[in-house]
Amino acid sequence: MTVLDPDDLQAVWLTLKLAGAVTLLLLFIATPLAWWLAHSRKWYKGIVAALVALPLVLPPTVLGFYLLLLMGPHGIVGELTAALHLGALPFTFTGLVSGSVLFSMPFAVQPIQNAFEAMGKRPLEVAATLRAGMWDRFFSVAVPLARPGFLTAVILAFAHTVGEFGVVLMLGGNIPGETRVLSVAIYNHVEAMEYSAAQWLAGGMVLFSFIVLLSLYLTGGKSWKVAPRKSSVPGELVEP
Amino acid sequence: MSEIQVCFKLQLGSFALDAAFSAPAVGVTALFGSSGSGKTTLLRCIAGLERATGTLHVSGDTWQDETTFLPVHKRPLGYVFQEASLFPHLSVRANLEYGLKRIPRPERKVPLEQVVEWLGLGRLIERGDPARLSGGERQRVAIGRALLTSPRILLMDEPLSALDTNSKQEILPYLERLHRDLEIPVLYVSHAMDEVARLADHLVLLDQGRVMASGALGETLARLDLPTAHFDDAGAVIEAAVAEHDETYHLTRLDFSGGSLWVGQVQQPFGSKVRARVLARDVSIATQQPHGSSITNILHARIAEIRDEGPDKVIVRLAVGESHVLLSRITRRSRDLLNLTAGTDVFAQVKSVALMA
Repeated sequence: MTVLDPDDLQAVWLTLKLAGAVTLLLLFIATPLAWWLAHSRKWYKGIVAALVALPLVLPPTVLGFYLLLLMGPHGIVGELTAALHLGALPFTFTGLVSGSVLFSMPFAVQPIQNAFEAMGKRPLEVAATLRAGMWDRFFSVAVPLARPGFLTAVILAFAHTVGEFGVVLMLGGNIPGETRVLSVAIYNHVEAMEYSAAQWLAGGMVLFSFIVLLSLYLTGGKSWKVAPRKSSVPGELVEP
Repeated sequence: MSEIQVCFKLQLGSFALDAAFSAPAVGVTALFGSSGSGKTTLLRCIAGLERATGTLHVSGDTWQDETTFLPVHKRPLGYVFQEASLFPHLSVRANLEYGLKRIPRPERKVPLEQVVEWLGLGRLIERGDPARLSGGERQRVAIGRALLTSPRILLMDEPLSALDTNSKQEILPYLERLHRDLEIPVLYVSHAMDEVARLADHLVLLDQGRVMASGALGETLARLDLPTAHFDDAGAVIEAAVAEHDETYHLTRLDFSGGSLWVGQVQQPFGSKVRARVLARDVSIATQQPHGSSITNILHARIAEIRDEGPDKVIVRLAVGESHVLLSRITRRSRDLLNLTAGTDVFAQVKSVALMA
């Protein structure tokens, strides 16, 4: 382990902290958004859906560039944070979290939205006729039925944030302990021809990602199968 | 007033619902109509699942009017959907208890054991995964789940239509039992005349979102101005009592105020009420007492009304006794040959009687 210096370990820790924070935040933001997208009939639903999906097709540097402008001292967000005495967001951990939330948004929203759409309105209607109020219906029926969607969202959001590079570089730069995440650290090592350190970090990342995915697949194996199965009868949830 | 009063208007795309009727506070009221007649939509409005404009009073309580709209979960109703729609993430028992847990203890009038007994759920309740139940079993659990909320009214949306014939036969006796034992009114949506004839006491006929007729089952089925009298399986329903068992020929005599009918032997004890259905095509008419006929059931009747039905047939409404009615489908030629008109005294020969329960 001599090839890894404390800075590298700090980068690993920072990456996990970033991915964890982003995933947690995304669960709170993506769930209502996915619910709205799954159930709304508003004309602007398409626009919102397209905006949410934008990071899927945009080069991360483009997204990072605009976020930098927005969060910078002359951007709308920048002026807002300045007025609230929060300071500037670019080149801070908070800025990185904000950017990553936007960047990983579609990976969290879409699986949850799909799960909400697949279950249809029927289970919620049934719950309502069985005296369950709105929140009760949501937590006792919608969330358990959408569990596979939530699992996928958590895995994808976490993994996607861990592997992020472009947005980080544009928005966060390379500040040790603040914004230097794993992918940036690997990049630094490669630039400095320190291939052995890069190997350790890159290999560790591959292994870590694999173990996370594997454990989720294994422990979540049963719940993946209870995904609402589609049958020929609309609204019917259980296959004969 | 202790009855159900419904008055709804709703526009859904090109479909307009404009329906008003009242139903008795006891027994089964069938909402009958072809597909697209709006019967399911009407039931959903009553449940509050669709938001129509109008009024709804159930047993003296206002569920909806100009200023009130009780949300679905605040309406003390049980709803049985076309498909059982059991929650796949819950066990059979947890499904049954889902609604039960959500009503306050003092309001729990229907104990779990009672429902388990009524619907024969004893063995099913211990089976964990609802996916392992058959279609009929799942629908029984769904009915039990609805009943366990101690509803003031039970709404059933074609609960048999998604089942195959065997499952239907399996579940019908349970529905008949509920019909006998349940003290709350039931609104039963159906497009199957045999189910309606079997289960309903009151009939609401729907056509293109409007109520065509509403009244007691027997009277309404016997109205020749309604399309129900002109279906291929049109017929009359007679409530009769078991009067005699003939052990030699394995027959049972049923008595009603218009006479008696012999049917294949039934298990019910003397005096118990049964419902018999006589199809119009199984009733022929004679002007003199027939002799040497193999038909056992011959009733005195008086022709009440005759209506043309297509180029070759007529349908005849026959008054049997004080308050009973039979329908008979005969050819136009027979009507002219026998010189049948309203008021003529005749003999109705009943070829076959279907026992409903």
